[in-house]
Amino acid sequence: MTAATASQTAGPYWHLIDFPEWADLLRADGPNAGVTGGERIVLTGRVTDGQGAPVADAMVEIWQADPEGRYDGAFHGFGRCGTDADGMFRFVTLKPGPVPGRGNQTQAPHVVLSIFARGLLKQLVTRLYFAGEALNENDPVLQAIEPARRGTLIARRTAAPGEWRLDIRLQGEGETVFLDV
Amino acid sequence: MTDPIGYRRPDPATQPPYDVPAYGSTHHRHPKQAPVRVPHTLTEVSGPRFSPAWYAPHADLSTLNGKAALGERIIVAGRVLDEDGRPVRGAMVEVWQANAAGRYHHPGDQHDAPLDPNFLGRGRVFTDEEGNYRFTTIRPGAYPWRNHPNAWRPVHIHYSLFGAGFAQRLITQMYFPGDPLLAYDPIFLSTADEAARNRLIARFDLDITEPEWALGYRFDIVLRGREATPFENDGAH
Ligand SMILES: [Fe+2]
Repeated sequence: MTAATASQTAGPYWHLIDFPEWADLLRADGPNAGVTGGERIVLTGRVTDGQGAPVADAMVEIWQADPEGRYDGAFHGFGRCGTDADGMFRFVTLKPGPVPGRGNQTQAPHVVLSIFARGLLKQLVTRLYFAGEALNENDPVLQAIEPARRGTLIARRTAAPGEWRLDIRLQGEGETVFLDV
Repeated sequence: MTDPIGYRRPDPATQPPYDVPAYGSTHHRHPKQAPVRVPHTLTEVSGPRFSPAWYAPHADLSTLNGKAALGERIIVAGRVLDEDGRPVRGAMVEVWQANAAGRYHHPGDQHDAPLDPNFLGRGRVFTDEEGNYRFTTIRPGAYPWRNHPNAWRPVHIHYSLFGAGFAQRLITQMYFPGDPLLAYDPIFLSTADEAARNRLIARFDLDITEPEWALGYRFDIVLRGREATPFENDGAH
């Protein structure tokens, strides 16, 4: 057995593989052009560092199930978005459904968020959950996190229709809970 | 429903940590709390399928609009395998790099080296049934950075890979053999295990080299393998 290749930072110039349209999973000429149904949502948030400064050069990727909770359906649940000067990311997608967990558990609707950036020698992985979902109470990943920090994974509705916000704090007070996957 | 088979956890020595004092950008960006380990579910073992129909391949970085980029033309080829040596088929491999002078085609790169109008420095290829990939480019140049006095990055090509499961997602860098800058680079040195580190260095390969055309380098990449199933090693075939 050969161990997996070592990760290395994406560095400051990963924008060469940035295609801003990938942040809109519902783009007219994209892989989900033929997909119908589901609830259109916007996922946004701000990435900040240990000094509270915006991380303006991060690459955020999402991976999620379709509205029925499937990963093998027609929906292409992948997106990539660069943070802007204020550290903000913004995805347009469909709200995922509940996904089977291990055993006979059910996972609450969630979106995987991966953060790549200069200064991150490997990606940071977390999940975005939706505030108010009854299934959150029994979600095995949320339950594995101490209650005081669970909120760092739970997106809140904003004033804009269909928009959810989750800020990511890489370090320090209110630090996001990252997952060892 | 049967539980999905998860991916193996890496030996920490073979991967870099988040907090590397010698690499300044990690100081305010590494989490202070340990990540929470989660068992793998469908979410981690499934992953996006990238159809070349939506993600167009681009295997020749050495020309732009039919005009040749400046620098030493090279071919980079290799295989993408998992930890058990199985080919990873249809993996999307994205690459990006500086030009021959050590400058990125990127507004954030203000290094006083010339831009090349015929070089953008980004590509995208897919592995075949045996896990093989291949692209043509020019050998990038070393470039300075401000990590410490007189800091220079060794010559490298950035790689982004997607395997079958999102837990296999990997971003890494390929280095070149014999580069004296490797010994001073905190990013390369961040991985504790020397053998693991050295697998980031491509090998010159005369079989990939094309006569009168371009030098060839081989860079094989290993993505995480699956945990063993109880039935896999019982020898009862
Ligand atoms: Fe670089």
